[in-house]
Amino acid sequence: MQKKRIVLNYPSRLVDQPVISKLVKDYDLIVNIMRARITPKEEGRLVLELTGKRAGMEAGFKYLSEIGVKVQPLAQDVKWHEDRCTHCTACISVCPTKALDVERTNMEVSFKRDKCIACELCIPVCPYQAMEILF
Amino acid sequence: MAKTIEGINEKIKKGKAVVLTAEEIIDYAAEKGVKRAAQEVDVVTTGTFGPMCSSGAYFNVGHSKPRIKLGGGKTYLNDIPVYTGFAAVDFFLGATAMPEDDPRNKIFPGKFTYGGAYVIEELVAGKDVRLTATAYGTDCYPKKALETYISLKEMNEAVLLNIRNAYQNYNVAVNLSEKVIYTYMGVLQPKMGNATYSSAGQLSPLLNDPLYKTIGIGTRIFLGGGVGYVVGNGTQHNPGVKRTEGGVPKTPSGTLCVTGDLKMMSPKWLRGTSYTGYGVTLTVGIGVPIPILNEEILRYTAVRDEEILAQVVDYSDSYPQCIPGNIGEVNYKQLKSGRITVQGKEIPTSGLSSYLKAREIAKTLKEWIEAGKFFLTQPVELLPSADSGIVFKALKERPIKKTA
Repeated sequence: MQKKRIVLNYPSRLVDQPVISKLVKDYDLIVNIMRARITPKEEGRLVLELTGKRAGMEAGFKYLSEIGVKVQPLAQDVKWHEDRCTHCTACISVCPTKALDVERTNMEVSFKRDKCIACELCIPVCPYQAMEILF
Repeated sequence: MAKTIEGINEKIKKGKAVVLTAEEIIDYAAEKGVKRAAQEVDVVTTGTFGPMCSSGAYFNVGHSKPRIKLGGGKTYLNDIPVYTGFAAVDFFLGATAMPEDDPRNKIFPGKFTYGGAYVIEELVAGKDVRLTATAYGTDCYPKKALETYISLKEMNEAVLLNIRNAYQNYNVAVNLSEKVIYTYMGVLQPKMGNATYSSAGQLSPLLNDPLYKTIGIGTRIFLGGGVGYVVGNGTQHNPGVKRTEGGVPKTPSGTLCVTGDLKMMSPKWLRGTSYTGYGVTLTVGIGVPIPILNEEILRYTAVRDEEILAQVVDYSDSYPQCIPGNIGEVNYKQLKSGRITVQGKEIPTSGLSSYLKAREIAKTLKEWIEAGKFFLTQPVELLPSADSGIVFKALKERPIKKTA
């Protein structure tokens, strides 16, 4: 079994199509929708966690690219500007997945991309604009 | 035998001074005992790196040709208004000053992403800023408008002057209400969803000299990455509060007014800071060296996080309504563990002041002293202490009589 966090970009012509149900039924993937948004120009963005067998995952990605859905890893969309971070820990009490965490022995903050679900809770909380999410 | 500042400076000159940080001294004193540690150690360095709103800087930008009198007119740096109520080309920029019309601040809760503190950071980073002004023009200062780029090195003077920094201890903020609130203590989640605190605890300057036995007017310090001086006590200096047996105040207490040459400072240690829904502030790095003149002073510097208490205050009602009291008391060891318990509820904690950076400041100051680059000063006058009789006053509003 594999697990991947990805961002799907839908062109406007696909916004009303049942894409996710295809992933579930035809490719046997477990889909966890973390965020979804349709912009004013009706392009769709979905943040997903996909779990499934390698073959199903590959076939699912092939299906998505064939119908015109762009797939990118979530990590690309989330940036921790380490040079701006002062390790104050303001973000620590709001991050729900511990993607932003602190090593208590030296009070150093770190960001683990693979744990981030792009919930954006850290954005208004960081006084140094160290977190950026291009979603 | 008791040591003296002169004696310690002699040792610094010879490269023989023993310097430890306020963190290192804790185990050292525990291991060697207070008496021996006080004999062996000459200086303990402290540090803090946190948001400090009562910060700012004054500038003299030189005279234009023809001359302009900025005093009495309107002057801006990158659209941030500065205070010009001085002579022709002197002005003061406050850290919390904001653009007069920033659309980003108008959509709830307001982003407050730019202000005076950011201008200070950019200037210190060597960047050009836009100096714009309008004036009424006089016979001796005929020019009425000014628009130019300017950088720090082109100015005659650029001096950081922070009238209240390095608060000795601070509140722990929580929100008892049902909605999210936006405060200078950060974004506070409803029903005590989180708690924020703001002190370097055992590394914090004034918590290592709780009764101001060594810090006073003229004390040379690490300020914003350069060298600065203590001007005196900061505003709201309130030494008469309740203290632990070790002399450590249990509530916000002493403060410092500090100054230093901005041209010698670094953007690493003067950071523009933005609190969503609240405003802009400057995060300032300060490190104060404490001369170990005797065993009593050493004992103060060996203070541990668990011996420093802070009051948990509700920022949804008690704080804004100026209602005294607290809803709990915790120590900094608990705060730094990431969880505290208040009224039976376990709450995640967040700092606003960086302990990691505070440690770096204490270490940097230690290195400066060990390298013979930084010497201690004998204060001209110590800060007013617990016996000063200072009373912290609230504003009593008196209705202004309307005259016909």
